[in-house]
Amino acid sequence: MLRQVEGSKAVADAIAACAPEVICAYPISPQTHIVEGLSQLVKDGSLANCEFINVESEFAAMSVAIGSSATGARTYTATASQGLLYMVEAVYNASGLGLPIVMTVANRAIGGPINIWNDHSDSMSQRDSGWLQLYAENNQEAVDLHIQAFRIAEEMSIPVMVCMDGFILTHAYEQVDIPTREEVAAFLPPFVPRQYLDPAEPISIGAMVGPESFMEVKYLAHQKMLDSLDKIQEVAVDFEKQFGRKTGGLLRTYRTEGAETIVLALGSVIGTLKDVIDELQLDGHPIGLVGLTSYRPFPFEAVADALKDAKRVVILEKAFSTGTGGIVTPDVARAIEGLGVKDFTVIAGLGGRPITIKAVRDYLEAAMAEQVQRLTFLDLEEEVIDAELMKERALR
Amino acid sequence: MSTTQIKFYQVGSFAVGNRLLREDERSVQSDPERTNALTSGHRACQGCGEALGARYALDAAMRATNDQLIAVNATGCLEVFSTPYPESSWRVAWLHSLFGNAPAVATGVAAALKAKGNHTTRVVAQGGDGATVDIGMGPLSGMFERNDDVLYICYDNEAYMNTGVQRSGATPPAARTATTQAVGAHPGNVFGQGKYLPKIAMAHDIPYVATATIADLRDLEAKVERAMTMHGARYLHVLVPCPLGWGSASCDTIKIARLATQSGLFPVFEAVNGEVVASSKIRHKVPVEEYLKLQARYSHLFSPQRNDQVIDHLQRIADKNIERYELMGE
Repeated sequence: MLRQVEGSKAVADAIAACAPEVICAYPISPQTHIVEGLSQLVKDGSLANCEFINVESEFAAMSVAIGSSATGARTYTATASQGLLYMVEAVYNASGLGLPIVMTVANRAIGGPINIWNDHSDSMSQRDSGWLQLYAENNQEAVDLHIQAFRIAEEMSIPVMVCMDGFILTHAYEQVDIPTREEVAAFLPPFVPRQYLDPAEPISIGAMVGPESFMEVKYLAHQKMLDSLDKIQEVAVDFEKQFGRKTGGLLRTYRTEGAETIVLALGSVIGTLKDVIDELQLDGHPIGLVGLTSYRPFPFEAVADALKDAKRVVILEKAFSTGTGGIVTPDVARAIEGLGVKDFTVIAGLGGRPITIKAVRDYLEAAMAEQVQRLTFLDLEEEVIDAELMKERALR
Repeated sequence: MSTTQIKFYQVGSFAVGNRLLREDERSVQSDPERTNALTSGHRACQGCGEALGARYALDAAMRATNDQLIAVNATGCLEVFSTPYPESSWRVAWLHSLFGNAPAVATGVAAALKAKGNHTTRVVAQGGDGATVDIGMGPLSGMFERNDDVLYICYDNEAYMNTGVQRSGATPPAARTATTQAVGAHPGNVFGQGKYLPKIAMAHDIPYVATATIADLRDLEAKVERAMTMHGARYLHVLVPCPLGWGSASCDTIKIARLATQSGLFPVFEAVNGEVVASSKIRHKVPVEEYLKLQARYSHLFSPQRNDQVIDHLQRIADKNIERYELMGE
């Protein structure tokens, strides 16, 4: 049944439908409404057999999640931005221990300067953390990806980050179908941990591993991550069978048939891009779109397959690596190696800067003619930059 | 104020071995069928106080819970010497995550057990003084204020021993460490710094706070057992001398722990709901000098010349403890 709800509330209800046993929460915008919603559901008794722990930091939130998951409980938390950075040590530990925790990242910029608005700097900083990363295009997909995330996490014994754009999705009211607990139960079986802390069969978890085995441990984690490429697709197929919706999977293409230029992007900006592509196609431009859902693991084959017939790909990124450029770009470049597809990168929307249809259209028109640099920052105030650079360089 | 009884078999700074006692008076450690949380064969140094303290504490906790116990360990010597993959010395369900998060991990374990309706399995978290008073203090305070059902045990050897004897917030004044060298006008650790975690724990009004040393293992066991009869956040602070870090003879570990209590430098007491209810009385008061001179970390106080000013200062600290925790008397 469709309901008009805030994205955060929708995710809270979807999480509740997954019957988590432990939820730990520390407030940080724009993630707060999700855990507020869950706190209410636990407190009023509608989410039974679930412990809601108000912790003292994000580091503690992920640490509580580690203890809980290692004891065999289905565990959830949510964070964003500085909060994600504050928990990083525990983020890596959770994946290192193979604990299937599910965490929402309500994507937000990283300071300084402090900025509470949306971009992808936070989750992108964790691309090497050993967590799966799935990016939601809209609130329906955010709901669906969370439900799929528990299945993938628990079947693979790997933690999953579901990334949804802060404010743009978390605070947006949209029509969303949230499956009931019974419907989810038919899709998501009870959590059966690979191993857990049990006094009857005591095991040691978290031993110190030396040079003689460390490479193997890390390689196995890599292989397990690669194996989840199949699992992500399998779960998406199952999801569609049961709920009738095509969500999740590795990536989705939009009007790419015959496209000479393909834009590749992640998250809610895909909505804007679809509108621009519709306009451009109406004007006769052969341009299409690839929306990447799974960033980790990176679906090299699927990306190559989606881009192989194009002349160029434009990667639109909401984060960048200072000193080099796009973060997703090198992965895409590797995927299209030898296919004769040129790659261009456009960094857009940092710190919540609106990505307007006009700005994107202007850029893409130039990109289709290959009259853009390999790396462009959309909508930069050139005058301010020039003046500041002149001042700064004069001081050196 | 009631007191913690000192067992009769203790004579001065020496303990009578089990073999001199009647069988029914012997400690459980002489029983081959005893619980055995931490088995032999681990890689701790000779004379390690922490290994001894952890074994007695966890064995007592296992007995108190009919083996229905999960232990969470902070990073540190105890973790490193007990679990070099693929070996493990633990015969208790055991989880090590990070240096600074053992209390929060233990909270998660307790929450999972509660959510699953498991009311019999209990949770112990343990770490050294660095993990407890410094890097993990935020999560520890959080675990205390939420009154999570965890017994946290700190094995205090007064510095970061695992990384090579650097100063921690629990390092006492004047002690030489690798980051408070015995050089300059004020050799060793600075006076007026450091924190005493048992009092910080008490300020949270948690059900139970106690201190103990490995010089009185029955007292340590009794406190663990008492803690396990209670629910909520409990804290046990155990002094565990470190021959490597303190520069003492391996055979003197227990003797030094006893001198720490008999000098008044390390008060042994129990507090319930934030109030001290009992303290172990000093039987043979000794000057702090007797404690200090067995340890190379204080050798700068005695050579090349004696530093009476600093020794007197340390004596005043011990005397203040004796007064504050009423350590003299019956």
